[in-house]
Amino acid sequence: MTELNLVQAINRTLRDAMRQDPNVLLLGEDIGVNGGVFRATEGLFKEFGADRVIDTPLSETGIIGAAIGMALYGLKPVAEIQFLDFIYPAFDQIVSELAKFRYRSGGQYPAHVVIRSPYGGGIKGGLYHSQSTEAYFCHTAGIKVVVPSTPADARGLLLSAIDDEDPVLFLEPKRIYRSLTGEVPDGAERVPFGRARIVREGSDVSLFAYGAMVPQATDAAETLARDGVSAEVVDLRTLVPLDEAAVVASVEKTGRAVIVHEAARFCGFGAELAALLAEKALYSLKAPVVRVTGFDTPFPYALENVYLPNADRIARAARNAVRAS
Amino acid sequence: MVEPGTLSMAPTASGTPAFPNEGLRDAYQLMALARAMDERCLMLQRQGRIGFYAPLMGQEAAQVGASRALAPGDWVFPAYRELAVALARGVSLKAIFDQLLGNADDVIKGRQMPNHFGFRDVNFVVASSPIGTQITQAVGAAMAAQRRKDPIVTIAFFGDGATSSNDFHAGLNFAGVFQCPSIFFCQNNQWAISMPRKRQTHSATLAEKAAAYGIPGVLVDGNDIHAVYGAVREARARAVAGGGPTMIEAEVYRFGPHSTSDDPKRYRTDEELSAAKERDPIGRLKGELIAAGQWNEEADRTLWEEVRARVARTFEASEKARPLDPRSVFDDVFADLTPRLAEERAEYDARVREGVLKP
Repeated sequence: MTELNLVQAINRTLRDAMRQDPNVLLLGEDIGVNGGVFRATEGLFKEFGADRVIDTPLSETGIIGAAIGMALYGLKPVAEIQFLDFIYPAFDQIVSELAKFRYRSGGQYPAHVVIRSPYGGGIKGGLYHSQSTEAYFCHTAGIKVVVPSTPADARGLLLSAIDDEDPVLFLEPKRIYRSLTGEVPDGAERVPFGRARIVREGSDVSLFAYGAMVPQATDAAETLARDGVSAEVVDLRTLVPLDEAAVVASVEKTGRAVIVHEAARFCGFGAELAALLAEKALYSLKAPVVRVTGFDTPFPYALENVYLPNADRIARAARNAVRAS
Repeated sequence: MVEPGTLSMAPTASGTPAFPNEGLRDAYQLMALARAMDERCLMLQRQGRIGFYAPLMGQEAAQVGASRALAPGDWVFPAYRELAVALARGVSLKAIFDQLLGNADDVIKGRQMPNHFGFRDVNFVVASSPIGTQITQAVGAAMAAQRRKDPIVTIAFFGDGATSSNDFHAGLNFAGVFQCPSIFFCQNNQWAISMPRKRQTHSATLAEKAAAYGIPGVLVDGNDIHAVYGAVREARARAVAGGGPTMIEAEVYRFGPHSTSDDPKRYRTDEELSAAKERDPIGRLKGELIAAGQWNEEADRTLWEEVRARVARTFEASEKARPLDPRSVFDDVFADLTPRLAEERAEYDARVREGVLKP
């Protein structure tokens, strides 16, 4: 075990995966000589050289298109999109190509590409360095969507992503890249996809969160505990595949659900969770499902703290849910 | 050798290799087979026996000439009009018809519209409908081959319309920067559905766009199998030797509609089509073979009878193949069925059990 922050965990995991498997290579903007704008790939260019840590021209469709070709050929590319906000030039390559290669070829051409991308607010990044648009990708069949919330999960989930046979969008909560540290295994332990993590057990209300919202939900649970409300915090870890059983089981126990994400509410991932609860846990619910999310506005710059969900908003929503029944 | 950034307007004159004499008759027969396929499939679509078809007629010399300049280990990244490339790579007519029908023998399991072929056994990467997306992918595969030091090239096939796409720009730019072994083979068939070549770009030629990426651009007469073969052969040799990518523009004409859903009479004249048909690559090669004493009218009549009969016979065989297993709709989304997909399949199974659906 080593004490690391989240970005250090990613850096070390990429390094270990590249040492382990000569087919793993990285490509993206400013990831080589510069080590990445968040330093996620620091030192890797020096260790593995320009053939395996590839600084590309500034074109996201070029990065993902090339990564697909590499994957078809048998390499294991890990592409970096500098900010999730800049992924859209590659949207066609991701949703029309990458996600559909296995299916459209009748299984002949699986395309295993891992796309790493920092996402989310809280760094004063404004409209174009803050968004949390995972729902666009979750809506597309054929691509897995993963969001770690701790340094240990960042390692375990990234190792699983690199092992996986399917395309993976690996979203990194940049707001907590450095703000929290944790014990990270040094070995090859994987965190499997489709298994949520119960961060904290509780009996009165379930708080569902992922990525940078997990620490906020955990803070809220502590506040609630002082008020005598026992909140269970569930970190979804992977949105696709989703651990539906864990979501349903938690609500069967608590009877109340608060869904938290940074993304805008309308058609956000929380809508899928709410639908799941309506379909499979309705009779366990004692109160309406509540969503604590970003507003249905573009991501604001100066007023980002107004926009972003926080522990206070989450605790308030949970209290209301408990009071409602 | 074409220097980076230069535009060669007449590569055959500059001494590129001609199509091997001993292979010319075979190439002609393959072109005839492709033409017979087009004729038959346009009819089959009108009869409602296949759902859709995108003919390649007019592009046979470009496709066969380019294919014959490649090696079996090279990777083809096609668009959806590359039937003759698939045939030239050795794909059977039956496999083509199975794809057009989406039956149980279709290697892509009925997942795509007709003409979106994919045959891994001959390195023919599965096509898609979005325009130009295969170009960056071909570059990535070439970068992978470069890293593994495999002596192969990747070749992306695309049309004049694709030169306006994001991935054309990104792909040629990456290939120039990384000097990977890629060939960009543009079949300029003059029409992107209803948009004429002149309105696709203000450039005088498409080939000259390569200069901006620091790579050679070559313009050839796509109706001349020798010119096409020579240009691809030269580009391939350069790429395998570490000399980087090449773009080739093969000037052809799309004789047919964009697809069976298109009526070209809305946007182009009969006169233009007739003039183009005077340059038919099949007639041209036939004339050459006859002039060289390798062919005659009688052999030609026999050939056309044979290829038409073979096409008809093979279609009937494909039509007899079993239909797809409906449950296969859930396969190949991911390597393994996710719990959610398993649930959706169980829902489908239940409807079959209840007799709502036929299995």
